Amino acid sequence: MVDSIQFLLNQELISLRDINPSMTVLQYLREKQSIMGTKEGCAEGDCGACSVVLVEIVNGELSYKAINSCILFVGSLHGKQLITVEGLKYQNKLHPVQQAMVDFHGSQCGFCTPGFIMALFAMYHMQKSFTVNEIHNQLAGNLCRCTGYRPIIDAAASIQFSGDHFEDKKEETKTLLLSIVKGGLLTFRSEGTTFFIPDSLESLLELRQKYPDARLLAGGTDLGLMISKHFQVLSEIILLGNVSELKDVTETEDQLSFGAAVSYTDLLPHFENNFPSLYKMVLRLGSTQIRNSGSMGGNIMNASPIGDSSPALMALGASVTLASLNGEREVLISDLFVDYRKTTLHEEEVLLSIKIPKLKEKQTFEVFKISKRFDQDISTCCGAFCVEFDDSIVKEVKIAFGGMAATPIRAKNTEGFLTGKQWTEETVEQAEKLLQEEFTPMSDFRGSAWYRTKVSSNLLKKFYLVSTNQLEDTGVVHYE
Amino acid sequence: MSDKEISGVGAYVVHDSAHKHVTGEAVYTDDLPELPNCLHTWVVTSPHAHAKIKSINIKRAESFEGVEAVLSAKDILGTNDVGPIFPNEPVLAEELVEYVGQPVVIIAAQTRELAREASHLVKVEYEILTPILDVREALEKKHFVAEPHSLQIGDSKKALANAANRLQGEIDLGGQDHFYLEGQICVAHPLEDDDMKVYSSTQHPAEVQKMVARFLNLAKHSVVVEVRRMGGGFGGKETQPANIACMAALLANKTKKSVKLRLGRDEDMIITGKRHDFYFTYDVGYTNEGEITGIELNLASKCGHVADLSTSILDRALFFSDSVYYLKDATINGFPCKTHTVSNTAFRGFGGPQGSFIIEEVIDVISNKLKKNPHEVRKLNYYGTEDRNVTPYHQTIEDNIIHEITDQLEVSSDYQKRYDEIREYNKNNKYYKKGISFVPTKFGVSFTTAFLNQAGALIHIYADGSIHLNHGGTEMGQGLFTKVAQVVASEFQVDLSRVKITATTTEKVPNTSATAASSGSDLNGMAAQNGAQKLKRRLIKFAAEKYEVDQSSVTFKNNMVYAGDNEISFNALVGEAYFARVSLSATGFYKTPKIYYDRSTSKGRPFFYYTYGACVAEVLLDTLTGECKVTRADILHDVGASLSPNIDMGQIEGGFVQGMGWLTNEELKWDDKGSLRTHAPSTYKIPVSRDIPDVFNVEILKNHKCKEETIYSSKAVGEPPFMHGMAVWHAIKDAIKSHGNYEKEVKLNAPATPEEILRALDSM
Ligand SMILES: Cc1cc2nc3c(=O)[nH]c(=O)nc-3n(C[C@H](O)[C@H](O)[C@H](O)COP(=O)(O)OP(=O)(O)OC[C@H]3O[C@@H](n4cnc5c(N)ncnc54)[C@H](O)[C@@H]3O)c2cc1C
Ligand code: FES
Ligand code: FES
Repeated sequence: MVDSIQFLLNQELISLRDINPSMTVLQYLREKQSIMGTKEGCAEGDCGACSVVLVEIVNGELSYKAINSCILFVGSLHGKQLITVEGLKYQNKLHPVQQAMVDFHGSQCGFCTPGFIMALFAMYHMQKSFTVNEIHNQLAGNLCRCTGYRPIIDAAASIQFSGDHFEDKKEETKTLLLSIVKGGLLTFRSEGTTFFIPDSLESLLELRQKYPDARLLAGGTDLGLMISKHFQVLSEIILLGNVSELKDVTETEDQLSFGAAVSYTDLLPHFENNFPSLYKMVLRLGSTQIRNSGSMGGNIMNASPIGDSSPALMALGASVTLASLNGEREVLISDLFVDYRKTTLHEEEVLLSIKIPKLKEKQTFEVFKISKRFDQDISTCCGAFCVEFDDSIVKEVKIAFGGMAATPIRAKNTEGFLTGKQWTEETVEQAEKLLQEEFTPMSDFRGSAWYRTKVSSNLLKKFYLVSTNQLEDTGVVHYE
Repeated sequence: MSDKEISGVGAYVVHDSAHKHVTGEAVYTDDLPELPNCLHTWVVTSPHAHAKIKSINIKRAESFEGVEAVLSAKDILGTNDVGPIFPNEPVLAEELVEYVGQPVVIIAAQTRELAREASHLVKVEYEILTPILDVREALEKKHFVAEPHSLQIGDSKKALANAANRLQGEIDLGGQDHFYLEGQICVAHPLEDDDMKVYSSTQHPAEVQKMVARFLNLAKHSVVVEVRRMGGGFGGKETQPANIACMAALLANKTKKSVKLRLGRDEDMIITGKRHDFYFTYDVGYTNEGEITGIELNLASKCGHVADLSTSILDRALFFSDSVYYLKDATINGFPCKTHTVSNTAFRGFGGPQGSFIIEEVIDVISNKLKKNPHEVRKLNYYGTEDRNVTPYHQTIEDNIIHEITDQLEVSSDYQKRYDEIREYNKNNKYYKKGISFVPTKFGVSFTTAFLNQAGALIHIYADGSIHLNHGGTEMGQGLFTKVAQVVASEFQVDLSRVKITATTTEKVPNTSATAASSGSDLNGMAAQNGAQKLKRRLIKFAAEKYEVDQSSVTFKNNMVYAGDNEISFNALVGEAYFARVSLSATGFYKTPKIYYDRSTSKGRPFFYYTYGACVAEVLLDTLTGECKVTRADILHDVGASLSPNIDMGQIEGGFVQGMGWLTNEELKWDDKGSLRTHAPSTYKIPVSRDIPDVFNVEILKNHKCKEETIYSSKAVGEPPFMHGMAVWHAIKDAIKSHGNYEKEVKLNAPATPEEILRALDSM
C-alpha cells in the first residue's frame, strides 16, 4: 500500500502522493508550490538562506526547530508542521521577530533575511532570552554577506516571547498533527523513490534485511547532500526518526546511552552535565540547523575521517550497539572503522545506540576541534584526549584524532609511550615528537600535512596544560 | 518640524524594502513568476585550465528527452565577446579554453535536472596545453593581459640610493570570492522582432543590454534589461552577469521560449571571477625615525584568462598604494598578469584595498626594523594638509582630515593605554598573545575612467501627487534606492512614502554606468535631484501664476506648498497643475566635474574627493593552534554629511566584516591543475556572527561635510569601509610579533588563516 505524505504547511493541511519523497523541501516550496520566500544560497546546508521551522509534538508540547530545507526530504515532513517565512505575518501585522529585524536594520540585500527570520522565530519559541554567545550559537548557520551581523545580533537580543498566532492555535495544531500520525509502517512511493517510515525496531530491521541497498536516513545532514549537491537518485530510503529505540536517551550512574538517531540538540543537555568538553565541541559541530537534524549515529556511520564525534567517543571509550534480525552486538568505536569510509557494520545491521562510560574522578578528558573558521566548519584536525591518572602517573590514556588518517584513529604509539609515565612537561614534549611521527596526514584545502602534524602535537601540549591548570582557557573564543 | 525630519535626507529611515525582506515578499530574479514552458539550463564547462578544443559532439545531448537546445560558440548570432574594456573575451570558448570552468556548451531543457543530465552526454575533445597558474610565473614570463602601467613622482632611484636605511621584501595577498547570497541569474524572454527582455541580477543593466545586443546581433534598442534588486553584488555583478545573460538570451532566441539560467553555488564560484590576488615586491628607503624617503613598489595582479576590468582595477591599486602617506620619490609599477584561471573582476574597493595593503605592509616592516610602534611611523608619514600633499599621480589632496580622525580615534578607542596593557599582557602570557593596530585609510571617489562618471534619472509626478522615481543606479542591498528617494522627497518636502521606488530598467534611463565605485548615490542622487528640481521649478512657476505672487515666495514644506499667504497641499497643487497642462515628467542628468586622468603621463585628478577613516583592532591569538579572535574594533569613518545614517552605518559595519574576512579565513585554494577546491560555503569560509569583534564601536565622523559639491554634501560609503579590515591583519601581525619579543621579522601572507598564523609563529 502506498501512503500519502501529510503535513501542515503553515496552517494548511497538505497531502502529497505524486511527488518524489526524496525531493528537497526547498525545491518543493519553490518549484511545486511557487512559494518564493525561502531562498537557496548553497544547497548544502551551510548558508541558512533556506531555513524553515519544523514543528512537532514533543512530550505533549509543540517544539519549534530551525532546519535547512535544502537538504531536507519532503518525505521527512510527514506528521509535522512546516512553517515558512510566509506564515509569520498575521492579519497584516509583522511577527515580533520580523518587526525586530526591521527596527534594528537587520537586512540590506535581504536575501539572507528570510533564513534569519526563521532562525529567530525558532529562538522566539524557546521562550527565553539569549546572551550574545547563545545568539552566536543559534545563528552560526546563517550567513549574511552584507550587514556584518551586528544589527541582527541586536535584533535577536531584543526578542522576548509575547505569544503569536502559532501559540494561539497550538491546541488546534496539536489535534491536526495527531490526526495525521497513525501507527504502522508508512510507505511513500513516486518517481522511482520509495520512502519507508517504520515505527518499530522490528519493522526497521525487517526493512533493512529486505532492502540491503536502502539508505538509512537519520537527520539527513549528510545524506541530503547526495541529492542536493551530488544529484544522486536514492531509490529506497528508510527514515529512522519514528523508531523510539533510536530516539531514547538513558543516563545511569556510570554511563550515558542514547539512540543512534537522537539529534545533537537533544544530546547537548546530557553532554553539558557529563562531558563539558564534548558539549563545547558539539556546540561548534555544524550549526543549530544541522544540530537540530543531525545525529551522532549518522556522524559515525558516515564514517568520514573528519567527522567530529568519533575521535571524542573513541577517547572516551564509547561503544555502539549494532542490531539486525539476528540479534545485537556491541563494538568499541575504536574498533569500528576499517578503512576510508568503511566500518564493520554488516549489510543487514543498523546502528542502534551509543554508550559512553561516564568519566571517573581521576580521568581528564578534552576534545579540541581545529577548523579554519571557528563555527560551522569541518575540522582540519580534531583531537580528543582522555587520561586516567594514578597520582601523577598516567594509568591509562586514549588519544584519538580526526583529519590525520583515512579513518578516525587512535594514536597508539603515543598512548603506549605515555602509559605508566609521569605526567610532566618533559614526558609530554617527548610524546609530542612521537605523535609527529605517528601519522602521515594529507594536504588538502583545509590544511597542509605540515599544519595537521604540527597542530595535532600542539593539541597534546594544550591538553597537558589544561589538565595541569596551566591554561586559564582552552581557547581564544568564549562561547559557552 | 525641521526640514530634516520630514524630507528624508539625513533622517534615520529604514531600507525601503526592509518590510519585504523580512516577510519574504521581496522579489528577486529567481522569484519572478515563470512563463509557461520556461526552459532551464546547464552550462558545460572546461575541465582543463588550458587546452585546445578539438571537437564538440552534442548529438546525444540534443536528442535527450526534454532537451530543447544545445549550443556552442558556432551558434552565436553576433559577436562572441563581452570584454568591457578590451575585445576578444568570449562568452563561449571557441578554439581554446583558458580556465577550469570556462563555459563551452549551453543546454536548455524542460527542467534543470534534464539539462544537467544531458550535459553528461556532451563530448568535448581537448588537446591539453601547459597552463600558467601562478602569478609569479606569469610575471617572470611577462605573460600579461595588457601593458604594465606605472606611476612616478620625484626620483625614486636616487632617493633609494641616498637613503639612510633601505630594505626590500615581498608578500602574497590572496583573492576573495564575492559570496553574494544570491548567485548569478538571468531570465530571458524572447519578444516579437527578435527583441529580448532580460531580467538580470546585475549592477550594470546597460552593459548587459550592450553585450546581449552584440551577442544576438541586434541594436541596443531591441534589448531591455531590468533589475529590481540583487541579493548582493559587491562588484561580482558588474561585468559577470553579461556572460550569463548572453547565454540565456541566445538560448531564448533559438528556442523562442523564456529561458532561466541560474548558477548553483558551486558553478557560480567556479565560473565567475573574484577579487584579484596580488604578489608584491618593494624596495624602500627611510630615515632613522621611519619616514619614507624613497620607494619602489611592484604590484603584480593575477588577472586570470582575460583582462575584464583588470587594468582599471590595477590602476586603482596603484592609485591607492600611497594610502594616507606622502611618498615624495616613488615609482609604482603595476603588472596585469595573465594566468589560466578564471578572470578576476571587480570587488568592493576595486583594487584599492590591495594597493593600500602593500604600503601598510611596508610601514609595518619599517616599524619592526626600527622597533617602533607602527602607529607612530604611520603618523610620521601622513600626508600634510597644506604641504606634503601631492599624490604619486600628481593630484593635490585638498580635503585631508586624517589627522583629525586620528586624534579623535586615539581618544575614543583609548589606544595608547590599551597598547601598553597589551604589551604587559603578552609579557605575562606564554600561549595566548594579544595584538593591536591603528590603521588609517583614505579612499578616492570616482570612476577613474572619466566618462563613466555620469548618471540619469526619470521622475514622473502623477496627477494625484504620487511620485514615480527611476534612475540608472541598481539596488544590491546598499540602500541606494532609499537614499535617492530621500533626496527626491527632500526636494519636494513630501513624505518618503509618496516616492515610489521602481526597478532599474534600460527602458527608462539609457546609457548608464555600473552601480560601482561607491558612486551610486553621488551620481544618481545628483541626477534625481536635477530632475526633481526641474519639476519643482515648473510647479513653482505654476503656483506663482495661480496665486499671483512672486516665484521666490513659493516654498515647499511638510507635504504643503506655500505661495505668499496661500497654502495648498502638494497633491492638490499637482492636480491643478495637471489640469493647467503643466508637464509633470522630467529627466535628470549629472556628470561629475573637475576629474580627468591622462594615462599616458600618469597624471591627473582621477578623484573628485576622498573619504577617510581609521580603525583600531585588537585580536587574541592562540600560539598553539594559530586560532585567532577579533576581540575589539573601533572605527571612525567619514561619510561627509550622511544622507542616511542607518544605511551608512550598515555599509561601514558590513564593509569592515567583509574586509576582515578577506584577510583572515576566506581562502581560495586551487589545485595544481588549476581547479578551484573551495567553491561552496562548506569549504570557503566567510565570517559568521561570532567572528565579528566582541566589542564593536563604529562611529560616523560628526559635523563634517564634503568639501566638494556633492549631493547634500555627503560622501560615498559603499567601498571605503572595506579597508578597515586591514586593521585586523595588522593586529594579528602585532600579536605574532610579541611571540618573538617584538624583535624578529614576521613572515605572514594573506589571508591569515590559523595555518598561516601558526606557520608565521613557527618561523620566528
Ligand atoms: C552544513 C553542515 C555542517 C556540518 N558540520 C559538521 C561538523 O562540524 N562536524 C561533523 O562531524 N560533521 C558535520 N557535518 C556532517 C553531518 O552533519 C554529520 O555527519 C551528522 O552527524 C550526520 O548525521 P545525520 O543524522 O544527519 O546523518 P544522515 O545524513 O541521516 O546519515 C549519514 C549516513 O549514516 C547512515 N546512517 C545514519 N544513521 C544510521 C544508523 N542508525 N545505522 C546505520 N547507518 C546510519 C546513513 O545511511 C548515511 O549514510 C555537517 C554537515 C553539514 C551539512
Ligand atoms: S541553501 Fe544554503 S543552507 Fe540551504
Ligand atoms: S542582507 Fe545581504 S546577505 Fe544578509
